[in-house]
Order: sequence, then C-alpha cells, then structure tokens
Amino acid sequence: MKTLMIGNEAVARGLYDGGIGLVSSYPGTPSTEITEFLAEYDGLHSEWAPNEKVALEVAFGASLAGVRSACAMKHVGLNVAADPLFTLSYTGVNGGLVICVADDPAMHSSQNEQDSRRYAIASKVPMLEPSDSAEAYEFSRAAFELSEKYDTPVLLRMCTRVAHSRSIVEPGEREVPEKKKYVKNPEKYVMMPAYAKRRHPIVEDRTKALAEFSENCPFNRVEMGGTDIGIITSGTSYNYVKEVLGDSVSVLKIGMTNPLPDKMILDFASKVKKLYVVEELEPVIEERCRIIGLDPIGKSLFPMIGEFSQKTISAAFGIEDAPTVRADTEAPARPPMMCPGCPHRGIYYVLAKKKITVLGDIGCYTLGAQPPLCAVDTTLCMGASVSGTHGFLKASAPDAAKRTVAVIGDSTFIHSGVTGLINVAYNGSPSTVVILDNSITGMTGHQQNPTTGYNIKGDPASKVDLEALCRAVGINRVRVVDPYDLDECERVLTEELEADEPSVVISRRPCVLLKYVKAASPLAVDREKCRSCKRCMGLGCPAISFTDGKASIDATLCVGCGVCGRLCPFDAIGGKGETK
Amino acid sequence: MKTVNIMIVGVGGQGSLLASKLLGRLLVDEGYDVKVSEVHGMSQRGGSVVTYVRYGDRVYSPLITEGEADYIVSFEKLEAARWATCLKPGGTVIVNTQQIDPMPVIIGKATYPSDILDELRAKGVEVEEVDALSTALEAGSAKAVNIVLMARLAKRLDIPREKWIEAIGKSVAPKFVEMNEKAFALGYDK
Repeated sequence: MKTLMIGNEAVARGLYDGGIGLVSSYPGTPSTEITEFLAEYDGLHSEWAPNEKVALEVAFGASLAGVRSACAMKHVGLNVAADPLFTLSYTGVNGGLVICVADDPAMHSSQNEQDSRRYAIASKVPMLEPSDSAEAYEFSRAAFELSEKYDTPVLLRMCTRVAHSRSIVEPGEREVPEKKKYVKNPEKYVMMPAYAKRRHPIVEDRTKALAEFSENCPFNRVEMGGTDIGIITSGTSYNYVKEVLGDSVSVLKIGMTNPLPDKMILDFASKVKKLYVVEELEPVIEERCRIIGLDPIGKSLFPMIGEFSQKTISAAFGIEDAPTVRADTEAPARPPMMCPGCPHRGIYYVLAKKKITVLGDIGCYTLGAQPPLCAVDTTLCMGASVSGTHGFLKASAPDAAKRTVAVIGDSTFIHSGVTGLINVAYNGSPSTVVILDNSITGMTGHQQNPTTGYNIKGDPASKVDLEALCRAVGINRVRVVDPYDLDECERVLTEELEADEPSVVISRRPCVLLKYVKAASPLAVDREKCRSCKRCMGLGCPAISFTDGKASIDATLCVGCGVCGRLCPFDAIGGKGETK
Repeated sequence: MKTVNIMIVGVGGQGSLLASKLLGRLLVDEGYDVKVSEVHGMSQRGGSVVTYVRYGDRVYSPLITEGEADYIVSFEKLEAARWATCLKPGGTVIVNTQQIDPMPVIIGKATYPSDILDELRAKGVEVEEVDALSTALEAGSAKAVNIVLMARLAKRLDIPREKWIEAIGKSVAPKFVEMNEKAFALGYDK
C-alpha cells in the first residue's frame, strides 16, 4: 500500500522489515524519529541510551550476540560514537549492524555543518545515501545483508531534507533471519595490537571487495539523457538536478557513497561532454573523481556552505529566475525562543542580571543566548559547559569563580556532563554547575532519559538521583531551586558562586510542553497599575508585549507561570487574562 | 499536469505539521505523486516555520523556492509576508488574521508592519483574510485553526469535499474527529 512517510519513518520501517532485533540511540535532530518510530513496533528491543557512544556499543553487543541491530544519531553524534566506529570497522559484525547518521546542511538545528561521508572514508565503512523515503526504506532494509555479507558495520547517511520530507513508500513484509550463533573468536573481536594487526589487512581487502560491489550495486545508477552535460550527484541534490534539468542531461545517481564506483564514474564521464558533480557540503565525490584522473566542475560552481535547492541548480546553469512578489517592507526576523513559561527563563534572568559569564551547552537553553537575555557566552558541544568552566577557572584569576557558571540540561548532563563534573571534583576548581532539570530531553521533541524515570516506551524505569550522583563524584555542595522563584534562585546562586569549592545547583521544574504539566490560567496586566518600567520585558517572554505604552500579555500564549508577576515592582500583573 | 505548490507557514507550535500531514495523505489517496518537507527541531520553539507541499505526476524536489508557490496558507500575518517572495505572480495567500509578535518586536528592536497584507494586495496578490481562531473556537477548540485554514484552501483545490472529511478522520485522534469535522464545515461554508 502506498503511504506517505517522512524519511526517518521509512528508515525505521526498512530496518524493521529487514529484521532488526535491537535499536539503541541518543536523540538528535534530524535523526530522532528513526528510533521513535522503531519504538512503536513490537518484536525488537528499543531504547534511548545516555549518549551515542553507548548506543553504538549496545548495538555492537547485540550484533555480537547474532541479532540485527542499529543505532541512529545526528552528525555530531557520530563524533561521540567515532571511537567504537573506527574499531568496529576492524572487528566487523556477527548480526548485521547499521549506523544511521543524519547530517544537517544549513544547520536548521545544529552547531556545525560537518559532512558524515568523511567518516565513512576515514573509518573504511561502507555508506549508503538515500534521496527520498522510498530509497530510505529500500536502502535501510538492504543494509543488514550488506553488513553481514561483508562483515562490516554499514553507515546510512540521511540529511534534513531526506529525513524530514514525506514521500511515497510501498513497504513490504518483515523478515527476520535466524539468529546467528555467538562463537568466541578473540582474533576477530579482541582488538589488542597482535590481533588488530591481523584485522587491518582484512579491512583493506574488504574495501576492495566493497568497491567491486559498488560497481554493480543497484543503488548506483545511470540515467542517460542529453550527453552535453553529465552530472554525478547523490542524496537530496539528485532531486534538485532532476527537478530543474530533467532528461536534458545525463545523471549518475550515487546511492552508495563509500566506496564510490570508480569504473562506473569513468565510464559515465566518457559518455558526456562536460562533467559536473553536484553535492551538498564537502567535495567528497569530486575529490574521488580527481583521484581517478577526471576534472569535473564541482565546488568551483556549487556552494560548500548550506543546503541546496532547485535554485542552486538553476543559478549554476544560468536558468532565469521565475518572477516573484516582494513586499516593500522587510518582515522582522522571527528567531526561535524559549516558550512562555519555560523553566529555563528564570535562571537565565538571574544570571543575566548578575552579569555572570555562562558557559552553555546543547539544548533548548541555548536560546538564552539571544536578546533580551543574552545570557550565554559559549556553546560548543555536548558537555563542554562543565569541562570548559573548569578550564576557564584554572586559567583565570581566583575571583573569576564568583562570576562564572556552567549551564547544562538534565539529558546533556547524563550524556557527557557528568565526566566533566568528575574532573571538576578530582582536579579541584570552585566551579558552579547549574543543571537545568526539566525532566525531559526537550529540544529534540520530548524523549525520555535516565533522569526522567521512564524508558522509551513510557514505562517506569530506574531514575538517576542527580543530587546523589553529584555528591558521589565528590561535590559536597548540591542545592535544588525552583526556577520560577527568582529570589530563591538569586540567593542560592550568589551563595554557591561565593563558595570556595565546587557546587551544583539543580534548577528543577518540568518543561511546560509536557502533557502532564497543566497550565495555570493566563495572567493580565492592570493598565492602571503598570508604570511602563519594562522590567517584565527583560524576561524575553513571547507572551508579553508592549502596546499603547503599557505592557500587555497575550492570553493565548501565557501559561500563567507568574515569573513576570514576581518581577513587577508595581504589582500590576495578575488575575485572569482574556484572549487577545 | 503541472506540479502544484502549496506552502504552509506560521509560528512554531501553531499546528502546521498536522495540516501538512493531512494534506499529504489526501493527495496520495487522490493518486498524485507527493512530496512534503517539514522542519523539526529548534525552529519549532516559536520560530518562523515553513512546510512545503508539492503534488503532480512526478515530483522530485521537496522544496519550494522563490516564484514557485501557487498557494501560501499562513497561520499568522507577518509570516504570510515573509514567505510571499515564494509566490508565483497571480498566486494566492490565505492568511489567519492572528498577530504574534516576534522577539525583535517584543523588545522594541523592530516594529510589526501593520499594513503588510495591503502591500501584498497592491502587488497583485490575492489575499484572503480568515479569522480562523474565532471559527475554531466556535467549533470547540482554538487548536482547530489548522483545519479551518485547510477548509479555506479546500475551496480552491480540485478535490471533493468528502475526501477532505475522510482524510480528517484518518489524521486526527478519534476523540477529536467530530470537532475537527465541525471546524472544517464552518471554515468551508464561510
């Protein structure tokens, strides 16, 4: 039956029909839904792991036991999982092992634009790259067999426009192969030097065999059209090429990105007058073309930065733009921001008021960097707030500790903040670490994590006791505050910043978007009492605006958190608001 | 047939994802090739969000770029103006009259352009303003704004009304079907 699926759902269905028995992942846009959809199926174990390295190692364990397994992560997640990846390339697999990695060109929801194809080459692991949901289904399903046949993990590369685009899929039936036996084999699985030295040549031979496979792989195909122009392309770029140029050009559509089919490329190049490579981000295919002696037009014409569209192709080939409509007035930007009632806002307000240097982390709370709060000084990667603060303090004058904090979310803290905290205690810096515990993994769309007390299926699970964990690693000062209580936050933060030893302040209140969090009735501004001081505006709450010289609250947005009311010196905010 | 391009735009959290899901399902059932592109993640936190819906005999790109959209369905006035550059000459905007101030306006760094829809009309764009919130509330929930707007789009597309009703039945949770069908009827018959 024809169904419309986002690419990530198609991957989930492909892995399911391909016989997956276990998936372990850490959420990350644009990869999250792969695991969420898999969790809806019965007949396999699904879980959220604390981070991507753990997830891949869990998948390895399942593979070792003879079961087909997978994990999914965003591009930067693969950095975290890179350690097991590179050596898994040596050990190979028992049951098929698929690593889904989703790149985010244009950084819709990411901190960099790295190209995961570089990882496939560096780790010598084959990579498949679908262009739409139908291919996402087909490639994921086939990836298990490829993995088992060539005794290697397989990377499946998605990008935002494939992961989050819906297109038609006609799924088949689930087929689960017989579970393979686990047989002890230290020479294959114990990667100490003596054995690893024997595995490396096997990896090199496998790469040669995979290159041969790539030449005949049905995922690489030639679509001959006009022969003046030949275009080698892959992933979502293929769609734009076909959209704009149709059959007027010939296309070599690459579905297996690593290893690339050299002979096929050379043969294709010989049939066209002018050769182009159209690929988002890095010139991976282009570089391979140069290695095998071709001189295609690639990054000299197409951008290295951002994502492509049909406009990229028409611009490059000199096709005139369609006429368009343009309003004379520029529309003001609408950046994302923390939601009305967001528990992170109170803490940031206090930190901004005290002019504290904030080493931030990855999550919704990165949005505190924006006006009017402007409270965040750094965002680097998962966990870097805690370790970065330690280093910053070690290199600064002693009183810097009174003006510096690390801010990190609950899920991010478990992902890789806790190791930084162990370092703070062990190597002794008077760091103050604020854990924003909103009882969920927020930015990626509400996934459970080890601090929430629930697993991926929503069933009760063991819950990390954050206070006890912090104490156990050697932090003696652990405080808990309610971020809606600004006075308490300010008092506790001031005390902990002054302290000469490391401390953790847990700001605890669930995300307002969680279903069980009931919104209070919206607040309203008493226009008689409002003196237009604009203090409430400093919160950067989307529900508060300034109209006709006074503050006003949009009752359709307000969730009645009351933080603005606590801030108002004239007691002008309260009561029940009305819909604007 | 020529590919039809529809954009659904608004502010993160307004419910545009359900609208595109409904529309996509309906178009597949009608036998078209369909591509829908969504953005998840950070911009869903109150940012400007856009969903592209394209259908025809064979659709490759999931995106709609400048000068290509036949219809823009906007959940918010300013967002209609922001994405208007994607309209074809002679394209149509269906816009919910709700105004949600973006942060630069809230903090006084920018002003909300009050007559931006008239500006579009002056450029030859057909702008249909819909008080979808009132209609949704009449149907029973402010959340039905998306269905009211889809009903206004339905008036302009060549797909029978009953097919839309069918697609609503398949796209929303059973307990909300009746309310959403009412919202669709109120919107359609306005």
